[in-house]
Amino acid sequence: MISYLDFEKPLAELDSRITDLRTTAGESGDVDISSELARLEGKSAEMLGTLYAGLTPWQKTQVARHPQRPHFRDYLSHAFQDWVPLGGDRLYGNDQAIMGGLATLGGRRVMLIGHEKGHDTQTRIRHNFGMGKPEGYRKAIRLMEMAGRFGLPVVTLVDTSGAFPGIEAEERGQAEAIARSTEACLALPTPLVAAIVGEGGSGGAVALASASRVLMFEHAVYSVISPEGCASILWRTAEKAPQAAEAMRMTAQDLAELGVIDRIVPEPRGGAQRDARGAALALADAIGEELDLLGEVPPADLRRQREDRFLAMGMGVTPPAKPAKKGKR
Amino acid sequence: MSWISRVRNSLPFAPRRDTPDNLWVKCPGCNEMLFTREYEANLYVCPKCDHHGRIGADTRLAQLLDPGFHLLPDPSVADDPLKFRDTKRYPDRLKQARASNAHCDAFTAATGAIEGRRTIVGVQDFMFMAGSMGQAVGQAFCNGAEAALREGVPYIVVTAAGGARMQEGILSLMQMPRATVMTRRLREAGLPYIVVLADPTTGGVTASYAMLGDIHISEPNALIGFAGQRVIQETIREQLPPGFQRAEYLLEHGMIDMVLHRRDLKPTLAKLLDYLSPAKVA
Ligand SMILES: [Zn+2]
Repeated sequence: MISYLDFEKPLAELDSRITDLRTTAGESGDVDISSELARLEGKSAEMLGTLYAGLTPWQKTQVARHPQRPHFRDYLSHAFQDWVPLGGDRLYGNDQAIMGGLATLGGRRVMLIGHEKGHDTQTRIRHNFGMGKPEGYRKAIRLMEMAGRFGLPVVTLVDTSGAFPGIEAEERGQAEAIARSTEACLALPTPLVAAIVGEGGSGGAVALASASRVLMFEHAVYSVISPEGCASILWRTAEKAPQAAEAMRMTAQDLAELGVIDRIVPEPRGGAQRDARGAALALADAIGEELDLLGEVPPADLRRQREDRFLAMGMGVTPPAKPAKKGKR
Repeated sequence: MSWISRVRNSLPFAPRRDTPDNLWVKCPGCNEMLFTREYEANLYVCPKCDHHGRIGADTRLAQLLDPGFHLLPDPSVADDPLKFRDTKRYPDRLKQARASNAHCDAFTAATGAIEGRRTIVGVQDFMFMAGSMGQAVGQAFCNGAEAALREGVPYIVVTAAGGARMQEGILSLMQMPRATVMTRRLREAGLPYIVVLADPTTGGVTASYAMLGDIHISEPNALIGFAGQRVIQETIREQLPPGFQRAEYLLEHGMIDMVLHRRDLKPTLAKLLDYLSPAKVA
């Protein structure tokens, strides 16, 4: 049973009418009811399509955070084969917010790394709501370096509200771990394809997403700070989050336009939360295609191209003339 | 405290050498009234309590570099790439920041020498929109690294940042990998990259170029961290330990090499440049 988001209320009401009618139809076998049922189901599907074709950035943020949205484990089980989980940073611990291991994607052997948020209270706590700690990023570094040595391409699935803000995380060097993980992405001698599958939250996301190709689900979001965080600083109230989401241009469509992501992966109608398998297969197809394309790039050029991708970012816009600088004081 | 109020609070202590009538300045550390000229002569460090005041780019460069250094050209980037507007238009905020600062943005790099040793120094200015990192800061950092690579000299960066330039959204975040490409190129070229972490250095700056140095130096009591203290407190709902995220705390936890008084900064950098001189590798 799908849980409806606030903006899906008209749809929820329609669907509940359909459910009631279906129960009645089952009891009476009335032909008139079945044709009415078919009409309402058609209307529901149409409403869902229209609603999701016009989501606002704030609505997309809610979809990206939907409690039933598929996570790392779902993508793994639907789209990858022969999973061998690997764990630990060899320094401190085995962070469950960032998972990693060897996997096969349609015959391609890869190192798969990604955030896992958990799907119920127990697993959410175990995976720390997908908020990585330094040991998680250091595990990612270890696995990326290993992948590089054995010629394996790396696939990352990014889905985090941000790196964990806590005392111990700071003590163990959260900032350094993120910086080194970003560096490991950039230094990788093999292809790296990143997919923002839900929330791409700030440094905790970029540490796994400094990739050769960055894919993003149709309704995923990716930003420097959460809309609530941005609103509470710039507007002085978190209630302005919808405006902040708009202003920051954090949707896949905005980011493709800005040249920050390379490809938008379409989601099933009504979002990935309504069809985890469909979403996973679409994602797998897109990642597979990108891996094949990168496979044709001479290994010597891979790193340079990835570096150039970032160095060129934002530099395409012709800067307007600056006001005359004041003299040195 | 938001970066806005932090900027506002820090403004009275901004160096104001153009206002000689500003005879006295109150130390933010011990609240003592200090003779401005004495405070300046002491490198903007309180002679009573050793509080290290926040200083602008020109003051910092003049403290670290021998006379005769040259500023690198301002980076060429779009001012308002997202057409961002909160309670104010971003171009208006920029205009306001530029009106009270000698520079176009929060990062200024110069080519010069430290006690005769040629180097590039980049300085982040907290007084310019809380030192926040947007495209201009990121590109100025990259240009500094590029100049060091071109001239075959070390790169020294003094960091100070309240966080991301939110008005530049994702393009602000993208400065993290962009800067990281350059720190790696320096390393591969065998050029020393030294970071001086000034108060405060937080957020994406800490989680990229501030933590990727060959050597990390900090000024006493500087706030250094990834997450903001208010965010941490709201997340874990625990009391933060005394001295949390301060320079001495980071020293204890192995994140920096040394905490130095501002007067020892230049001679120590000179000594480090001697030890790490690229010529000695060859
Ligand atoms: Zn004092």
